[in-house]
Amino acid sequence: MTDPFIISLTIFVLAVFVGYHVVWNVTPALHTPLMAVTNAISGIIIVGAMLQVVDINGQTLTVTSVLGAVGIFLASINIFGGFLVTQRMLDMFKKKK
Amino acid sequence: MQNISAVLYLVSAVLFILSLKGLSSPASSRKGNTYGMIGMLIAVATTFMVMEKPVLLLIVGAIAAGAAIGAFKAKTVEMTSMPELVAAMHSLVGLSAVLIAVAAIFHSGMEHTPVQKVELFIGAFIGAITFTASVIAYGKLSGKFGAKAVNFNGQHLLNLVMALAMVGFGGVYFFTDSHAAFLIMVAIALVLGVTLIIPIGGADMPVVVSMLNSYSGWAAAGIGFTLNNPVLIIAGACVGSSGAILSYIMCKAMNRSILSVLLGGFGAEVAAGGGGDSGPKNYKSGSAEDAAFLMANADSVVIVPGYGLAVSRAQHALQEFAELLHEKGVNVRYAIHPVAGRMPGHMNVLLAEAEVPYDQVLEMEEINSDFSNTDVVLVIGANDVVNPAALKDKSSPIYGMPILEAHKARTIIVVKRSMSVGYAGLDNELFYMDKTMMVFGDAKKVVEDLVKGVVH
Repeated sequence: MTDPFIISLTIFVLAVFVGYHVVWNVTPALHTPLMAVTNAISGIIIVGAMLQVVDINGQTLTVTSVLGAVGIFLASINIFGGFLVTQRMLDMFKKKK
Repeated sequence: MQNISAVLYLVSAVLFILSLKGLSSPASSRKGNTYGMIGMLIAVATTFMVMEKPVLLLIVGAIAAGAAIGAFKAKTVEMTSMPELVAAMHSLVGLSAVLIAVAAIFHSGMEHTPVQKVELFIGAFIGAITFTASVIAYGKLSGKFGAKAVNFNGQHLLNLVMALAMVGFGGVYFFTDSHAAFLIMVAIALVLGVTLIIPIGGADMPVVVSMLNSYSGWAAAGIGFTLNNPVLIIAGACVGSSGAILSYIMCKAMNRSILSVLLGGFGAEVAAGGGGDSGPKNYKSGSAEDAAFLMANADSVVIVPGYGLAVSRAQHALQEFAELLHEKGVNVRYAIHPVAGRMPGHMNVLLAEAEVPYDQVLEMEEINSDFSNTDVVLVIGANDVVNPAALKDKSSPIYGMPILEAHKARTIIVVKRSMSVGYAGLDNELFYMDKTMMVFGDAKKVVEDLVKGVVH
């Protein structure tokens, strides 16, 4: 039985390679939108925060759930702010009429 | 159930990768952004599905509050303030990672394996450094803390001692499960984030922002390891490598090594270089009308915009001027140096906002070979990125930095406030060439006069 850590490590190393090649193909003109959209994507950390906001032994308000909720709040700012500001920027890039 | 959620997480990870892939051209980029949004929606919905006893009210309330603030910021932010917004968002990811790690430590009834403890430690300290470092970067970019580099004796030694202490307390947590040790470790990492960033000056901020972009990705991936969650790992790894690539591109464009940026002290190194010049030199200056006449009668004009253009909010007037030249049959293009703005690609966004068509905007590699066939180059608010010393003068501090080869054009028009030096504190021999004409004044005022000059 493979340790879950090894599976995670495999995924991680392969994802670094994928990220590396995909990002080198991004046109330099769109590097600012790239940073904004990666901000939104790193908001995926919301998944980790959500998993903390659970009922523990019948208690809904615990140190764990409250910290998790604050994490969700912060990550949501990134997700909504990041995707929407990226869209706003990309809508400005137009060809000659 | 577990298999279904794993497949859905995979779908969302693929959508994230497609969203980055979409940015390879402006035409496909909007679709890419939509893919990213769908990916995020799937990931959040899937997490709801797998949670056994979620506290719905807290979760939904937190998302709604974050959504409102995020959407408001996205709508209202000025394009010139993008670097600040991005830095602020990095800090949120960092803080979020810290909170998740601390929440997991305090999760009663949950045992962490030794491997998970190490992962929590890594996720928390990268998150903590990202958080405070981004707050300082935000402060420097928005001018709230002053952009100057802070240097003192023993700085690097202090950082080293703190890093060792941080690892030490991490070790105590590992062997004793002490919550206090974990919190002290986080506190040291928070201080370290500040002390690592303060020696870096304002001119190097594009590199720092890219680097923190990278850290925020690694922090997310670190949390993904603890939770064994593939979508967090994949998204985090992609963001991490993206930021690393951008840092590399910025360093190369400024001819700086990442190490020298991180160790700080740009201002000090430069002061030594500028002293070699002797006596006053002659330059030619002209009026905006002269400049407008030259460009209206040229076949080809290349505009080199620098951040000074954005500071005086002259982009829209410049676009109007370029449009007028275009109507007269002049081939007008824009040449962008990678560090023309305050973050990677910043100038492109500022021009796009002023409705400059993106097919007229060229990168340094695309345009450099064309300068020798260009009639007039118009340099506005840029200085170091067109300094020929970078190519010829081995004693110059910027020697080796790639530049826009404006000096090869037949005529050069430079719009500038005065003969003062640029960011790097260097004189620029381009301004003293026989074929160069200086037009002094505020960029916006001069460009408006150029427009009048062409109309008449």
